[in-house]
Amino acid sequence: MTSELDIFVGNTTLIDEDVYRLWLDGYSGLWGTVCGCRFGGAVVLDGRAGRARMSDAVALRVRSGILEQTGATAAVLQSDTMDHYRTFQMLERLLHAPPKLLHQLIFQIPPSRQALLIERYYAFDEAFVREVLGKKLSKGTKKDLDDISTKTGITLKSCRRQFDNFKRVFKVVEEMRGSLVDNIQQHFLLSDRLARDYAAIVFFANNRFETGKKKLQYLSFGDFAFCAELMIQNWTLGAVDPQADDMDMDLDKEFLQDLKELKVLVADKDLLDLHKSLVCTALRGKLGVFSEMEANFKNLSRGLVNVAAKLTHNKDVRDLFVDLVEKFVEPCRSDHWPLNDVRLFLNQYSASVHSLDGFRHQALWDRYMGTLRGCLLRLCHD
Amino acid sequence: MPGKLKVKIVAGRHLPVMDRASDLTDAFVEVKFGNTTFKTDVYLKSLNPQWNSEWFKFEVDDEDLQDEPLQITVLDHDTYSANDAIGKVYIDIDPLLYSEAATVISGWFPIYDTIHGIRGEINVVVKVDLFNDLNRFRQSSCGVKFFCTTSIPKCYRAVIIHGFVEELVVNEDPEYQWIDRIRTPRASNEARQRLISLMSGELQRKIGLKVLEMRGNAVVGYLQCFDLEGESGLVVRAIGTACTLDKLSSPAAFLPACNSPSKEMKEIPFNEDPNPNTHSSGPSTPLKNQTYSFSPSKSYSRQSSSSDTDLSLTPKTGMGSGSAGKEGGPFKALLRQQTQSALEQREFPFFTLTAFPPGFLVHVGGVVSARSVKLLDRIHNPDEPETRDAWWAEIRQEIKSHAKALGCHAVVGYSESTSICEEVCILSASGTAAVLNPRFLQDGTVEGCLEQRLEENLPAGCGFCHIPYDELNMPFPAHLTYCYNCRKQKVPDVLFTTIDLPMDAAVIGKGCLIQARLCRLKKKAQAEANATAISNLLPFMEYEVHTQLMNKLKLKGMNALFGLRIQISVGENMLMGLASATGVYLAALPTPGGIQIAGKTPNDGSYEQHISHMQKKINDTIAKNKELYEINPPEISEEIIGSPIPEPRQRSRLLRSQSESSDEVTELDLSHGKKDAFVLEIDDTDAMEDVHSLLTDVPPPSGFYSCNTEIMPGINNWTSEIQMFTSVRVIRLSSLNLTNQALNKNFNDLCENLLKSLYFKLRSMIPCCLCHVNFTVSLPEDELIQVTVTAVAITFDKNQALQTTKTHAEKSLQRASTDNEELLQFPLELCSDALPSHPFPPAKEHLESASSNSGIPAAQRDRCSSWIELIKLKAQTIRRGSIKTTVTVEKASPVGEGNFRNRSSPPCANSTVGVVKMTPLSFIPGAKITKYLGIINMFFIRETTSLREEGGVSGFLHAFIAEVFAMVRAHVAALGGNAVVSYIMKQCVFMENPNKNQAQCLINVSGDAVVFVRESELEVVSTQQPAANCQPSCTGGEVTT
Repeated sequence: MTSELDIFVGNTTLIDEDVYRLWLDGYSGLWGTVCGCRFGGAVVLDGRAGRARMSDAVALRVRSGILEQTGATAAVLQSDTMDHYRTFQMLERLLHAPPKLLHQLIFQIPPSRQALLIERYYAFDEAFVREVLGKKLSKGTKKDLDDISTKTGITLKSCRRQFDNFKRVFKVVEEMRGSLVDNIQQHFLLSDRLARDYAAIVFFANNRFETGKKKLQYLSFGDFAFCAELMIQNWTLGAVDPQADDMDMDLDKEFLQDLKELKVLVADKDLLDLHKSLVCTALRGKLGVFSEMEANFKNLSRGLVNVAAKLTHNKDVRDLFVDLVEKFVEPCRSDHWPLNDVRLFLNQYSASVHSLDGFRHQALWDRYMGTLRGCLLRLCHD
Repeated sequence: MPGKLKVKIVAGRHLPVMDRASDLTDAFVEVKFGNTTFKTDVYLKSLNPQWNSEWFKFEVDDEDLQDEPLQITVLDHDTYSANDAIGKVYIDIDPLLYSEAATVISGWFPIYDTIHGIRGEINVVVKVDLFNDLNRFRQSSCGVKFFCTTSIPKCYRAVIIHGFVEELVVNEDPEYQWIDRIRTPRASNEARQRLISLMSGELQRKIGLKVLEMRGNAVVGYLQCFDLEGESGLVVRAIGTACTLDKLSSPAAFLPACNSPSKEMKEIPFNEDPNPNTHSSGPSTPLKNQTYSFSPSKSYSRQSSSSDTDLSLTPKTGMGSGSAGKEGGPFKALLRQQTQSALEQREFPFFTLTAFPPGFLVHVGGVVSARSVKLLDRIHNPDEPETRDAWWAEIRQEIKSHAKALGCHAVVGYSESTSICEEVCILSASGTAAVLNPRFLQDGTVEGCLEQRLEENLPAGCGFCHIPYDELNMPFPAHLTYCYNCRKQKVPDVLFTTIDLPMDAAVIGKGCLIQARLCRLKKKAQAEANATAISNLLPFMEYEVHTQLMNKLKLKGMNALFGLRIQISVGENMLMGLASATGVYLAALPTPGGIQIAGKTPNDGSYEQHISHMQKKINDTIAKNKELYEINPPEISEEIIGSPIPEPRQRSRLLRSQSESSDEVTELDLSHGKKDAFVLEIDDTDAMEDVHSLLTDVPPPSGFYSCNTEIMPGINNWTSEIQMFTSVRVIRLSSLNLTNQALNKNFNDLCENLLKSLYFKLRSMIPCCLCHVNFTVSLPEDELIQVTVTAVAITFDKNQALQTTKTHAEKSLQRASTDNEELLQFPLELCSDALPSHPFPPAKEHLESASSNSGIPAAQRDRCSSWIELIKLKAQTIRRGSIKTTVTVEKASPVGEGNFRNRSSPPCANSTVGVVKMTPLSFIPGAKITKYLGIINMFFIRETTSLREEGGVSGFLHAFIAEVFAMVRAHVAALGGNAVVSYIMKQCVFMENPNKNQAQCLINVSGDAVVFVRESELEVVSTQQPAANCQPSCTGGEVTT
């Protein structure tokens, strides 16, 4: 007796969150196993199950103890899993354009469940996003997914879904006016949190920021996303002109050109000395690492200003985070600056420039340093 | 020119890409009705076209309006080659033909293609203007309402229940015409869909005419079926119960009538014309003649009601004398005589109803069934389908005579079915023999009411159990005792019926689904030989199915079966029998005895031991089941009853017969010459297997109950969460060494596993009950068995369940005493009948807590979905500021609005697509049906030539069933409804050819589109209309519990 056909269709589409997670995580629902080695232990079953072969997804469900809880058999579990997998496969087409999921008539799904389906489908793994963040979302990168899968332990299927999600969102919002986050939210119906994350991913992919270098490995996706948000808010075209095309995706070229003007802060020796004395006077006694700061001031200031001056070149824009870490974070770290001292220093460092009479680019400085200060504070951790 | 049909094509969305080069589509729409076709403009290069067409007007006969479907075809314009079809929408405009139902059809319909499935949606508006009918010899029956529901629909009152209507039409199946060899599968499928749509329209019109002839205005329990006879043609047949229904317009207007019942009550049905079309017709029209003919019937009604009085007086004396058995005899005879006269004029006193107004059902005799094996031949003259008619007439005649043998003059819960394999066809009919109260069958119903009530001084909870036949001249041996409830009348030891449990029946404990499953191998044969072989097997199958049912019933410790449905399916090399029913413990019937096992060789010690071991297991199971289903009847010592038992042996009481193609009718009484039904003799391994299989049925996991009737006895506090589902399984048998035992085991496992899967899938709904579990078995190919299940899972409140069951037994005992008080409220009871038949928690606080319970999850849902709403809100604000995105958003926006515009009560305002509930039941828990919008009867074919690519057979069928649900919901929503009740999947024929990568499936579904309002919302309304709305439903609850 073999089962030829086995289906269950509800008027309200049943969504099992646990099975959805397994599906999203790319575990096979079919007989025969790809990663039987990883879950080999679960393939051997108690007598009740009666079958030695089962899919990865079913094996994982068995391990969760569901059979004991419900008194079901492995065959029931297999059938249930397949039903859900089929449903998800049919839903996947709609999930590619979430507004379609809301308007379609084939599956009757309560709004809360629709939200859950979308949110989970577009959720991504931290480990995965760190691998592709700042990379071009092209076929070339897609080919590397094999390696990423091996490295991160995330199934290839799941890697593909996440990569395709990034790419799809990128394509849709690429040439759109208006706020990046709002556009993503409107076209993909994501929660605020997730839409912000996608905005960061899209922003990084567009500007191809280098994030993979070894010295950047200590940074989390959250760190980068935080920086991306600040940069989108202050450094892009959209920051000055809310009607500009690609407003939130591209950095304001004019602004980057202007940043060269900041060079005077380190090139003019008098200005640099004055700046240093202003900062030192203000922070004396307040900083635990005052002497280190005093000794290092010129180096740090040169580093920060040079980063700004270099941003005219695309290559240097890509290396922004590498430079920031090299020129600021690492020196601070080697002198064991507490975070609070970094904050005090950066605040004073940016504010003191306003007292430099010979310096004319106050607004430019604020636009640059305001964002950078936030980024640096976030980047300063172990 | 009695009607003008107006159609407007508004827009499309989510269309498929038809032009690969541009990734867009140049869509236009053809609107066809009868032979007239209109076209919209081509909307270039868009997947979301906005046609906004003019109103296309069709001037047509109402006959065509009834027969023809509106056919909407969406095409892709192609300048150089033929236009490509994207898909079609068929719209049945019948609901627009009676004004009580829908007034407009408007909404998004899925565009359906038989090869590709659903491809986008189209927004259509349809209206009908009906003119006065001046045609004296009209062929149409506009205005007759159709209901699939097998009880009196909730917002109506039955004035007269006229009786059985049937009709069948035949045609050649387009799939088997010569032209099919040259046309595409798509063209063939569409020809078939269209033909069946036409035929069912015609059938409905013809039935409607019969109803008008009987002076009814509605068909209740309408059941339409297709027989795909292959080469020999296509038969569409329907049965139903003609009624005169009276709309309960507003409960407030109805309540005053309760106190002074007769006069006003009687006036209402005749003054308030049930047929608005009739009303508009001029004085010379034949329709007026019909209304006119109502008035003599009014005067006639007085006469008949006076005769009713006689009738009711006679039994009163009969009962008053206090003597039971023998004095009951003349009463019964008289009653029979009286009703007989009412039924005499009818050829078949059959009723497709399974639930009845209070007092309608007097006695129930038992199940009657008849089967006949026929050889199909080509239908030569489709206009006169005499052979098919004759076949069914023959079977019905048989059913009628069986009912007579049981001392009954009517058959209720009647249904018909067929099973076809190649050229052999088994026709089956079954029902429950019953004695009915004549007052519902005649005009002038209500006047006799009060007197009638006296006759009904029988305790309400047991009257229907009392035997209708003469105990000295019983049609078959049965074990009779005095009724355990009233102690006055005789009752049988077990009762099998095809109807729902009467609302007032006194039941102890809960019920459960009981199934008998059986396979029998049969030699492959041709034609006559095959038919004979099947005919010879049938009686044995019937007998075994019956024995299995009886044993399982005993094992459950119960004594009655309701909703019994025995299906026998024929395949190439086997026959399958599947019987489903809901077992209950009726308080009026005696406690069932246990099951005794007897061995053949008593001297063998180890064997003896084995037997006793089995016996112990069986006894344990019975005890366990009694506990599980809370069966604890009050202890009554047998001596007090001291019943004279005419037949000491326990017997089965299912009467049926087979008639063969060879026309030799063999009457088979299963109980004759057989051993005691409840002593299982283990004389060979077969018998051993049987006993084992008895014990293999696993009870549902805790928190689950299941039944195949409308409501579950013993549970009456449903919460509002329901989930209707369809599950299909096909298994392939290994062809080697097939034996009956192996087959039985496979089939049993298939059904049990299927149930287990259902319990597992629905575990999140616990505590819940699977209601109206409907199993269908078919044998599509040599070694394939297909089982299809449709049911609804309803959650209930566990805590309240405990409370009510505790008081339940007491209540049923009290009933007799309170019966007198209820008498005075009789019309109220009538009106409560028109309200949901599901029992509400009797006390007010229960009602409140139930509604508050259902309120909580809803609020949570709102909260969860709120951010999606927020996004949408945001999107709208964004839209104002930006130009680029406006286009797409604007297109999407008419969706929700379009849907809601026609909705009298938007069921779920925060979802884009309105929620449409579907249920096989006639009610929606926690809600009140306020309007019936018309019948939904849809037929779909889906075919694929890329089976593997669509996910194999499972993927293909899964998608198709989901699509069918979607199309049903879309049609209901377009009618302005928010639910389908009495939904049924009548056919699901699946054929595959994996080698060719092909599959085909035909699905036929039907149901009643309704508008419902939640009880909680209703209460808000009723505070303004001082409790008028709420009160009847509360009373209804008391009656039912």
